[in-house]
Amino acid sequence: MEKRVTFSRSTIGILFAVPQLLLIFTFFYWPAGQAVYWSLTLQQPWGGGNIWVGLDNFRSILSNADYWHSISASLVFAAISTGLAMVIALVLAALTDRQLAGSRLYRVVLIWPYGIAAPALAMAFRFILAPEAGFMAVVNRFWPGLWDPGLDGVAAMASIIVAFSWKYVGYNFIFFLAAFQAIPRSLIEAAAMDGAGVVRRFRDIQFPLITPTIFFLLVINITESFQDSFGIVDIMTAGGPANATNLMVYKIYSDGFKGFDYSGAAAQSIILMLLIIVLTIFQFRFIERRVHYR
Amino acid sequence: MVERTPILNLFTHLILFLGFVFCIAPFAIVVIAASHSLKEVNDVPMSLLPGSDFWVNLQTAWTTADLGPKLFNSFVMAAGVAAGKVIVSALTAFSIVYFRYRGRTLIFWLIFVTLMLPLEVRIVPTYAVVANVLSPYQAILDVTGLSWLIEKISGVEVSLNLGLLNSYTGLIMPLVATATGTFLYRQFFLTVPDELTEAARMDGAGALRFFVDILLPLSRTNMAALGTIMFLWAWNQYLWPLLITTDASHATAVTELKQLIPNVGGMPEWHIAMAGTLIVMLPPLIVVVAMQRWFVRGLIATEK
Amino acid sequence: MASITIRDVKKSYAKAQVVHGVNLDIASGEFVVILGPSGCGKSTLLRMIAGLEEISDGTIAIDGKVVNKLEPRERGCAMVFQNYALYPHMSVAQNIGYSLKVAGVAAAQRNQRIQAVARILELEHLLDRKPAALSGGQRQRVAMGRAMIREPKVFLFDEPLSNLDAKLRVQMRSEIRKLHRRLGATSVFVTHDQVEAMTLADRLVVMNGGRVEQVGTPAEIYGRPASRFVASFVGAPAMNILEGVVALDGISLLEGSRRLPMPRAGLPVGTKVAMGIRPEAVRMVDPGAAGAVEATVDFVEELGAGRVVYVDLDGASFSVVTSESAHPAPGSTIGLKFSPSDMHFFSSETGARLDFFVASLPEPVV
Repeated sequence: MEKRVTFSRSTIGILFAVPQLLLIFTFFYWPAGQAVYWSLTLQQPWGGGNIWVGLDNFRSILSNADYWHSISASLVFAAISTGLAMVIALVLAALTDRQLAGSRLYRVVLIWPYGIAAPALAMAFRFILAPEAGFMAVVNRFWPGLWDPGLDGVAAMASIIVAFSWKYVGYNFIFFLAAFQAIPRSLIEAAAMDGAGVVRRFRDIQFPLITPTIFFLLVINITESFQDSFGIVDIMTAGGPANATNLMVYKIYSDGFKGFDYSGAAAQSIILMLLIIVLTIFQFRFIERRVHYR
Repeated sequence: MVERTPILNLFTHLILFLGFVFCIAPFAIVVIAASHSLKEVNDVPMSLLPGSDFWVNLQTAWTTADLGPKLFNSFVMAAGVAAGKVIVSALTAFSIVYFRYRGRTLIFWLIFVTLMLPLEVRIVPTYAVVANVLSPYQAILDVTGLSWLIEKISGVEVSLNLGLLNSYTGLIMPLVATATGTFLYRQFFLTVPDELTEAARMDGAGALRFFVDILLPLSRTNMAALGTIMFLWAWNQYLWPLLITTDASHATAVTELKQLIPNVGGMPEWHIAMAGTLIVMLPPLIVVVAMQRWFVRGLIATEK
Repeated sequence: MASITIRDVKKSYAKAQVVHGVNLDIASGEFVVILGPSGCGKSTLLRMIAGLEEISDGTIAIDGKVVNKLEPRERGCAMVFQNYALYPHMSVAQNIGYSLKVAGVAAAQRNQRIQAVARILELEHLLDRKPAALSGGQRQRVAMGRAMIREPKVFLFDEPLSNLDAKLRVQMRSEIRKLHRRLGATSVFVTHDQVEAMTLADRLVVMNGGRVEQVGTPAEIYGRPASRFVASFVGAPAMNILEGVVALDGISLLEGSRRLPMPRAGLPVGTKVAMGIRPEAVRMVDPGAAGAVEATVDFVEELGAGRVVYVDLDGASFSVVTSESAHPAPGSTIGLKFSPSDMHFFSSETGARLDFFVASLPEPVV
């Protein structure tokens, strides 16, 4: 889309864009380029020169079982938490959209979790799911040793999934509800006149019309599960036990800033960037579909 | 609509109520745990009736994690990012929507690409840049041979150094350097009727005047929405402040939470941890509740 | 086909009452148009018949059976919506056949009926398209087809033509009329457009402020408006209204500058009344002609076939529709003549029609 009326053909207009261009050059493009450079060199921490090593960094991380483990943990985390957060939010939004008594309250409250910082909610869930105090302790009293995220990798993964899903149910709810409410009321009424009941209307009219939102949220949730999980992992499990929750971003952080392996961390960043770019391109194909209906 | 669906309505109320509980329970538990004593909070099961140590615990958490200055830091960072975004994005969007100049499409795409890669995935090099924010420019001078030239001519060794570690600027600037707000404004500017621009021009307004007198006032709701969403986003940042604030005086409230994780061994001080968590989660929650309209609007608009 | 009986129907929302006790009988096979300005409650009334709004008070019966508690699908009504409300993700055929699909009609039979409806509406070549790829007129037809395919007892139309351009609107109007003649189903049509209302209706219902002002054939509504509201709402340009007061010797109009000699019909002296006369009932004559009232021309609107002359009559503005070739210049003086039988009287207080016979034209007070 373009404006028909503009101010002038002169280049004065470019001045308005200069602040942002400087910012993105300094803090985006340069670092991104730097990451590529580092990933292809062996970088000494705290300066001290670097050696060109080509794709060696990639070779070494891709042949590292820990890295593959981190990727698979990230994918498991992404798949389950996205699935949970989206299905729960979809059901809640669809039911809230029925606008029975009290729906206004739900509309207000259900979005609160998204406002909370990941580390803060992680702290809350660390307590709630703690094996010795809090609520899972009750479970452990009946079946001793059943639940211990500190020792059991599955329990640790389950903990971070619960915490992440809790936050993103709120996020997805906002979008699903907005999507439902964007469906013209008359379409629902027309379907009711055509004889469709509540469930049938959802299946035949509402659900097909919000598929673009579903695809959009799918991509956002997966992307966020790579990024926003950092605070949750750092507070709840610190990647443990035995790397069970060492998700990709957390591994970049711990390899780069705790292990001082800048080159390895840079190579991992590049792989993660590529993954996210692929996802984003995938999303754009579906954004086109969204326009389709109108 | 006339509808008799008693079973479905019952189901709806039931599920929504469960959702409500699922959503509110963690908040409630944090508040209740924060009101217990050390012994009470470690009781199994913990009593769901509030204890009497609420204020004491808040005070302990406040002093242990030194939350006063940390909340102030968080506030400065969040407000700085929000203000920076609101201003910088408006300027850029104005430039790419209302002017035709060579390279405009390139600039559009340069900015657009930044949407794709979040800060989290490029932390390592961004950290290096912030450690010396002028390093990109130093490198350019070095590579182009300009620094050699300057040194030859003036005898001064060119060494640009401006470290932003442990500074508000370092906290804020990289978070402003994304395109989120720019596209929100762009979408909005594109819906402003051309007739308005023409009318302003007929009335003798130039570009800057039009921007300040017409476009910005019209963008007020968008600014409120963007400001709200960016404030929350920045407040809730964790990884970035964790990295660049090596010195505790610039740490933010969210990063400081880590200090409150109970130590292994001995009775875990969950009551203090929860009191601290409550203090840290309260400001964004207040913003969400008070600015709900802008929050929802901003979220939906920035992601489109 | 079915009759509709509406008894004391009221609708109120949390804050305001929008329909105040409507009574209406619609005969089987009748085409009834509900006409009124926006916000008069006409759409709400229609939606209550459809089952899309709860009925706050009173009853609606279709074929003698009270339907207040019935869901829309149980009432046997089909509706054409203002914005057509076509399902954007379904093809034209799927849109038309959706109600049959919901009802569990087998695919083969369904297709047969879709084809039949498409033939009537000349939509056969568009059946595979999505609504987004249709023009406004085509969408309108699909919406009609979706209503027709169910062979409903009652057709409901909620301002279905208001989104079409003027030419298409006229065309669709006559098609709806033809379809009604062919199908003979009871139809209720809501509109704010009086031309649409007059041309379509067997019977017209004029609503204002949540109440029915008048029910009657278009000719009755035009010829004998039951209230001042109906008089000024129906007919274009609007009826001329002159305020007056009942005096001892007749009715004094225009702040006493003119007097209308007539029997007072039992109205007390001092009662305020309004006298109305349609612009098309006023004749332009030479000033000074016998029995003419003199007025000054303000401006003239050319309509092609005729023109509307706006005049100043002792300070009140007055319009005259004329098809004569005369083209009075603004500022000139002309004479107006109208027959006493064309005058309508309304109570200034209640707006209700007052029936009394007037023998002569208003004459200047000497």
